[in-house]
Amino acid sequence: MTETQLVIIGSGPAGYTAAVYAARANLSPVIIAGSVTAGGELMNTTDVENFPGFPEGVQGPELMENMRAQAERFGAEVVYDDVETLKLNPGAHEIETALGARYTAKAVILATGSAYRELNLPNEKKLSGHGVSWCATCDGFFFRNQHIAVIGGGDSALEEATFLTRFASKVTLIHRRQELRASQAMQDRARADEKLEFLLDSEVAEIHGEESLTGITVRNTVTGETSELPVTGLFVAIGSDPRTSLFADQLPMRDDGYLKVEGRSSKTSIEGVFAAGDVIDSVYRQAITAAGSGCAAALDAEHYLADLESAAKQSQAADVTDAAVTAPVGS
Amino acid sequence: MTTEVTDATFEETVLKSDKPVLVDFWAPWCGPCRMVSPIVDQIAEENAEKLTVVKVNTDENLETASAYGITSIPALYVFKNGEVAKTIIGARPKPALEDELSEFI
Repeated sequence: MTETQLVIIGSGPAGYTAAVYAARANLSPVIIAGSVTAGGELMNTTDVENFPGFPEGVQGPELMENMRAQAERFGAEVVYDDVETLKLNPGAHEIETALGARYTAKAVILATGSAYRELNLPNEKKLSGHGVSWCATCDGFFFRNQHIAVIGGGDSALEEATFLTRFASKVTLIHRRQELRASQAMQDRARADEKLEFLLDSEVAEIHGEESLTGITVRNTVTGETSELPVTGLFVAIGSDPRTSLFADQLPMRDDGYLKVEGRSSKTSIEGVFAAGDVIDSVYRQAITAAGSGCAAALDAEHYLADLESAAKQSQAADVTDAAVTAPVGS
Repeated sequence: MTTEVTDATFEETVLKSDKPVLVDFWAPWCGPCRMVSPIVDQIAEENAEKLTVVKVNTDENLETASAYGITSIPALYVFKNGEVAKTIIGARPKPALEDELSEFI
């Protein structure tokens, strides 16, 4: 059992930023970064063009490597393992990892991020890895000169779609509404891409294929008409849900499934437990807002630990005073 | 020990092997591949007697990758007597991988 001041769970921009701040405050934070997910979502992106400080843009994995190095420079310990169980007890939260390491922590920052949403259609799981994918940068290369469909209308969907036109013969972006949610800059870039076509007011009704994907059935959400699209690649980018399974039974959640925090702070309802990043943010969900949120959580945790320490000192002082008063009685 | 296998050596090293062979299909640009690679190395080291472990860079060995219909990486395929005996798509933590590979290790 390793006793710590602060354990941070998650290693996206929220987790690593919290680690930088906490390490600089001499809290020697331990970050459980994930054995195969360290660095979080940005590890699967290429160009990040809206993170301040990088006028020419930066590669997602490079940005995350830099954040990790910055945290480690100030004494944060990065552990490439996954949290298996988490018991939130004020004063000594208990963490056990998949590889069997055990920690207690006076404070915990939950920065577990979010997980890709699935279409929940028959064949989706079976053909996952055989034409159905969630990672354009990992898998785009295998769809050279093929027709690919991308599902979704947000920034990630448009980014994936424009990225995939490097490889594909054609990319069809399918979105269930007429309006896209993506930023104007992303939309402009996508509209200018000659290999990219838009199929709006449309959704995927069926996924076809035995060994590998052979096509999809698309339904018009206004008229209900269906049509066949013979794509051999299907990239799903319909958003994500907060990853809360580790603590969903211990902390109150909001109605939309996000972890509840107090006002603009990072405080959850259990003392010494703070949260940051996508797991509490249903609105902005950017690398930079997650980083800011991680900073806030570290500052909240720092104040909490300082208060805890001064309370302990006061009670120690009180014990000493008691001893001084009672000593003559015994003598 | 894990060795790099190419289109030219795949048949000899993988398909004709007496032992089961775990093939890690990867590429340099794939983040999850980089994450799972050291875990595959550990599994190789700890189970060297039972399992041969090799890596195929799909970037340089498209022929093998497309012969096995690889469209998502990392993809871990176990070959036994020249046939695909198990496929695992996507990076997993070590205990989960060991679980999936339990019949071979």
